Amino acid sequence: MTKEKSRGNILSKFGTVIALILLCVILAILTPNFLKVSNLMNVLKQTAVNAIIATGMLVCLITGGIDLSVGANAVTVTCLIGLLHTRGVSNVFVLVAAALACGTFIGYINGSLLTKLRLPHPFVSTLGMKNILAGVALLLVNSKMVSGFGPGISWLGSASLFTSGSFPGVPASFLLVIIVFVLMQIFLTKTPLGRSIYSVGGNREAARLSGINSDNVLTFAYTLSGFMCAIAGIILIGRGGIANGANAIQPYDTDAIAACIIGGASFAGGKGDMKGTMIGSLIIAVLRNGLTLLAASGAIQNVVIGSVIILAVYIDVVRERLEAERLRLASK
Amino acid sequence: MSEYVIELKNVTKRFPGVVALRDMKIQVKPGEIHGLIGENGAGKSTLIKVMTGVHQADEGEIYIDGQKVSFANPKESSEAGVACVYQELNIDRLMNVTDNVFMNKWIKGSSGLLDYAEMDRRTKEVLTEIGQDLDPNEITGKLGMGQQQMIEIAKAILIDSKVIIMDEPSSSLGEKEVEQLFKVCRRLKEQGIAIIYVSHKLEELFELCDCVTVMRDGEYIWTKPIEEVTNDSLVSAMVGRSLDNQFPKEFGERGRCALKIENLSQVGRVDDVSFEAYEGEILGFSGLVGAGRTETMLALFGSDPIDGGKVYVYDEEVNFKSPREAIEKGLALLTEDRKGQGLVLGQSVKSNLILSSLREFTEGGLFLQEDKIEKTCHENVDALKIKTPTIEETTAKLSGGNQQKVVIGKWLNTDADIYIFDEPTRGIDVGAKVEVYNIMNNLVKQGKCVIMVSSEMPEILGMSDRVVVMREGRITATIERDSKHFNQESIMQAAWGGSLDD
Repeated sequence: MTKEKSRGNILSKFGTVIALILLCVILAILTPNFLKVSNLMNVLKQTAVNAIIATGMLVCLITGGIDLSVGANAVTVTCLIGLLHTRGVSNVFVLVAAALACGTFIGYINGSLLTKLRLPHPFVSTLGMKNILAGVALLLVNSKMVSGFGPGISWLGSASLFTSGSFPGVPASFLLVIIVFVLMQIFLTKTPLGRSIYSVGGNREAARLSGINSDNVLTFAYTLSGFMCAIAGIILIGRGGIANGANAIQPYDTDAIAACIIGGASFAGGKGDMKGTMIGSLIIAVLRNGLTLLAASGAIQNVVIGSVIILAVYIDVVRERLEAERLRLASK
Repeated sequence: MSEYVIELKNVTKRFPGVVALRDMKIQVKPGEIHGLIGENGAGKSTLIKVMTGVHQADEGEIYIDGQKVSFANPKESSEAGVACVYQELNIDRLMNVTDNVFMNKWIKGSSGLLDYAEMDRRTKEVLTEIGQDLDPNEITGKLGMGQQQMIEIAKAILIDSKVIIMDEPSSSLGEKEVEQLFKVCRRLKEQGIAIIYVSHKLEELFELCDCVTVMRDGEYIWTKPIEEVTNDSLVSAMVGRSLDNQFPKEFGERGRCALKIENLSQVGRVDDVSFEAYEGEILGFSGLVGAGRTETMLALFGSDPIDGGKVYVYDEEVNFKSPREAIEKGLALLTEDRKGQGLVLGQSVKSNLILSSLREFTEGGLFLQEDKIEKTCHENVDALKIKTPTIEETTAKLSGGNQQKVVIGKWLNTDADIYIFDEPTRGIDVGAKVEVYNIMNNLVKQGKCVIMVSSEMPEILGMSDRVVVMREGRITATIERDSKHFNQESIMQAAWGGSLDD
């Protein structure tokens, strides 16, 4: 029994790592360009936005919720920066402060819709928010594409550190991802609020009756998600060099959910961690990068990513069922 | 043809660790309204489930119209003519009356599509039969509980049921609705349909039933025509059990008044409840299931808002808006629903043990101190004898008794002054029960205040220093341990609505 269990644990713990390695091996065979250092650094750069968004998404998923407004939120933040840019604001601190305030506030509203207005499920409120923001983003930039941002605000999304000789350097954005992941890991496992997030997701009522303010925990989760979107928005400015409201409907949300679910989070809540989410984000980034290298069209990319999401959710379902079965047998 | 429309002979049903029904029998004639009563846990629910095919009897026979039958599932029993209107109605509140009445029994027209005209007509017909004037297209959620119940009865009639079991049908009805229900029951009786009427309200049995069967501890006691029974004879038949001394009761010293409740009310649940609980004492709360005891505890714990009344903790008036505030003032509530409200089952024993006291384990309120947590959890596991491979084990994998000890550990770690235990020994085995009693003894000896809500009479008598009895949201009696009323009969009298003389 214990042996079986530990084998199951090892599989579910390292299954995603194995999948990532397999994926890399296959791509390395199919296209020699994949393993080039410059391309690998590119993958890391491409990982950054999704990984940061997935961090916030994970916290929402752990509480048993979801945040569908993440992509629209991040793009709204870029458009706000775009608006300020066109109005002649160039001070990096002002831009960053405005961006963080905007994304965080949107997240706070998402949380309040759930806990104050008591909307039934965050699926509804954040889906509504996604649509609102898709409009707001366009309104902010008057439906025009803004470009020509200064080096300051573009630095995070475009710069690379530790460049030397032929080594292109590690993207600053990915270093930030590592910092955020380490901090989040400590937050989730070593602080009362972090543990409370898991408890609220595992059993909201039991947490409440144990003295945890479930409503505050939930509001915090969505606010944190909004904050992460703001960071992602800043990275987007540097990476693309543009603010384009039309991007608000890009599938950032599904990419982030996929990263979390692949990494072991569950729609039922109470589960998931940063390590898994990191692997999940890398899998998504490697897939997109590999498909681009293989000259697959955007259409094909969508089909593949979509299939991976369904597969990941199916794995989650199977995992839940096996877990339930194990509990049933254990209680006998 | 047999004399009885449904008859059970020597039915025994065992669950792991308990015998829920032992040699149980019941005989119901066509057109008879047959009362069925018994204490909490006497086995009424199991009996109903055996008759409706939800459970299968391990031994014994069931006869319908003299034919021996066996029901593998509820579908088979309903085809044989046995229907049940459960306390929790099976109504889809978003659909209309016809949809509910014809759920899974749809009538199709010649086109192969659903024939709503016909179904509406039949629905109207059946409802008229039981004197209900309802629009078949009304959404059921908009109807009162009484009318929703009528829809359940209509469903039973539609499938030509011979026996309709009603499980506490009046518990959520108003006075007018109960009258209506009685009228319908009598009408069904005239049509030759038998009714098995399960109720906690003796006066209803006297008003409605032809005869009554009493059961106790899963066994048949007697069946008598209603004219031959009295309030007292019913109560003594329900309780007549001997108390074996399985309770390691130890006495503390009554100290200060720790908790004082004045005129607590919550509309429809708790009605003008006042009591005092002292340090060094176990205050028992007895009553029938649904008497408002759990609701009282949740209300004073700040979980559910109250509509009136005052709560004093050590003479200080408090107004808890959340359980968190109550916990900060030294209250602990072990909830009745262990899995739904007490534990985060998917998390480890460790996580659950520190759930209520996370902040106690931090350095300056910021980071959790893992070593301190582990030390406390290991102490909990040793002191409470929690059987678990490690403190990292998922709580769901523990047995009921060990899960309960985890919940108790969670509250001990808050170092509360007032411990409220709601059904602390429900669903756990005898050995674990004694351990829970000993934990309560220890708390009392440390001068803590303990309140124990229990539906098990022996437990109430065995462990309480004082007993509060509730009925329908009100306190009907408060009995000291040295009072002459500190016995099963008096407590049952109070719980069933009788009054105690002095």
